Amino acid sequence: MASPSTTAPWPAFRAFAQCFIPETSRATAPEWRALEDVVRRALEARPPRVRRQVVLFVRLIDLAARARYRHGFAALDHARATALLEGFAASRLLLLRRGVWGLRTLVMLGWYTDHSVCEVLGYRASAAGWEARR
Amino acid sequence: MKLVRCAVAIVGSGAGGGTVAAALAPLVSHGKRVLVLERGPRFREEDFTGRERDMAPALYADEGGFLTADGTMTLAFARGYGGSTIVYTGTSLIAPRRVIEGWRVPGLDHADLERRSREFMEANGVHLLPPVLLNENNNLFAAGAAAAGFHAEQFPLNLRGCRGSSLCNLGCPNAAKQGTNRVQLPQAERLGVEVVTRALVTRLVEKRLLVTVSARPAGAKGADPEWEPGEYEIEADTIVLAGGVMGTLPLLLASGLPGLPRPTGAGFTCHPAHILVAEHSRAITNDVGHPKSFFVDRAEAEGYVLETCMYFPFVTAKNLTGFGAGHSAFMQAFPRLQMILVLACDKAIPDNRITVDRHGEPVAHYRFTEGVIESMVRATRAATRIFFAAGAIRVHAPSADPPLLEAIDAARIDQRIDARHFRTGTISISAAHLMGGARMGRDASDSVTDHRGRVHGRPWLRVADASLFPDSLEINPYLTIMALADRVAEGVTEDLTR
Repeated sequence: MASPSTTAPWPAFRAFAQCFIPETSRATAPEWRALEDVVRRALEARPPRVRRQVVLFVRLIDLAARARYRHGFAALDHARATALLEGFAASRLLLLRRGVWGLRTLVMLGWYTDHSVCEVLGYRASAAGWEARR
Repeated sequence: MKLVRCAVAIVGSGAGGGTVAAALAPLVSHGKRVLVLERGPRFREEDFTGRERDMAPALYADEGGFLTADGTMTLAFARGYGGSTIVYTGTSLIAPRRVIEGWRVPGLDHADLERRSREFMEANGVHLLPPVLLNENNNLFAAGAAAAGFHAEQFPLNLRGCRGSSLCNLGCPNAAKQGTNRVQLPQAERLGVEVVTRALVTRLVEKRLLVTVSARPAGAKGADPEWEPGEYEIEADTIVLAGGVMGTLPLLLASGLPGLPRPTGAGFTCHPAHILVAEHSRAITNDVGHPKSFFVDRAEAEGYVLETCMYFPFVTAKNLTGFGAGHSAFMQAFPRLQMILVLACDKAIPDNRITVDRHGEPVAHYRFTEGVIESMVRATRAATRIFFAAGAIRVHAPSADPPLLEAIDAARIDQRIDARHFRTGTISISAAHLMGGARMGRDASDSVTDHRGRVHGRPWLRVADASLFPDSLEINPYLTIMALADRVAEGVTEDLTR
């Protein structure tokens, strides 16, 4: 897997992210970098077997996009990309359902652990607990 | 390789290891060296930031997302001084009599466990939070349960000076939760027990452990290790394995000890769980206050337990099924969300087991039986009734298709939530109560240890963690682990002072 420090873990990463979390389409460059760094670190910390599975699954989605729409996944419009992922997620094959689940979980890990995203959601937990609210 | 000799080496410092360390500490004054070897670091107070992005990788194996062999469930277990007691919510329940009697372990009786559990409740400051400290996420559960015909009980909690950060599962930032990192380990260290952190035990041989102590990586949380980084061989009269299911069993299995009891690794249970989320029409206090104050125990009658819970944005997002605009809309309702944790009481079956791969790393094999799926579906229906009875306007139920139920669906809960919609690979199921695999019992034909955790055929080797459970406990396990570990320590003391 490509893992340069300033680019996405794989070329279609941002296309996946925008399907899973529409708000990421408005992410700034630093926000993308932060998201991708978290995903990259998470993958690096996983066993090699899991990393291989993620890479293979991403390739599989890309192949499916080419077979169905004659374009790679990153070149699909939002509706087609989403339809393709939803098809995988609803598959009778556990392997495909699990793949989408894993991919979206990685993206969510990168996005929803960002402090500014949490603030926008209205999540305000802090060590000060009740004192901060009364 | 440096050689270290001691009377007792304890592997792991959580509910089991910490308890054994404290119980054996008086032996130090009689010239017995007692060591605790902990794989994770000793966190400093300033390390507990409460931020999911910082804390999950620092505390949990695979950030809390350790996958079972078929990838359909994640297991959460922590590594550090205090083990998983750093990250639990401190719920302190005594094992039900019917469960302990159902275990049928010769020599183990409920009254003894109850007595020891009560002593630990006292030592750990267990009490009920006063109503003024209960948030709406919890109070709505209690009110909804009462209105829907369920009996909600308040959790006794082991807290001292809780400020209501709601961050228990990321390590209390206020040192309020009384895990072994706050009570038993400091007590043991004051009496001379040595705790060595960042100490990974790589192999167990006859009365010996091979250990690698690692330096603190640059920028990592936690203190430097107490010993110089390097390779150690530890020779001990007694070795106590207390690294939890995902520590003890891989070590036992990967070390290649000849003649291990046949059931080693088998009978893994874990209370598979998922989080249900409901939306109210107004903001409620949910991310402040202790997250887990009430529960509904339907274990005996229907095979499930419901608990209040409140998780952080990523864990919440992960637990909502699907993706895209609908998922995002639910996340954006965060201040209006109420949450309930659904736990199934799974039975130990031989096929659900821990093995090791060729690198000696743990592999958890787990299959959802029809019984477990039915329990989770019943639990989801019950939780949905409680949500609507509490005034929720919509409920996200993963085993419904589509998963979103509006208030108008309240009359059709049984039809909407059904086992045929329980599809692994789309529902986020996780477990934090990892149990079994080194079950207590009569002899090596039916179990791995005796009732005091002594491995059959190896009088120098004991187990003191939840691996000992012959079956699901059906409640939060830490107090029972402590009670069992105390019995193990008693056996060690008798051995060493005989």
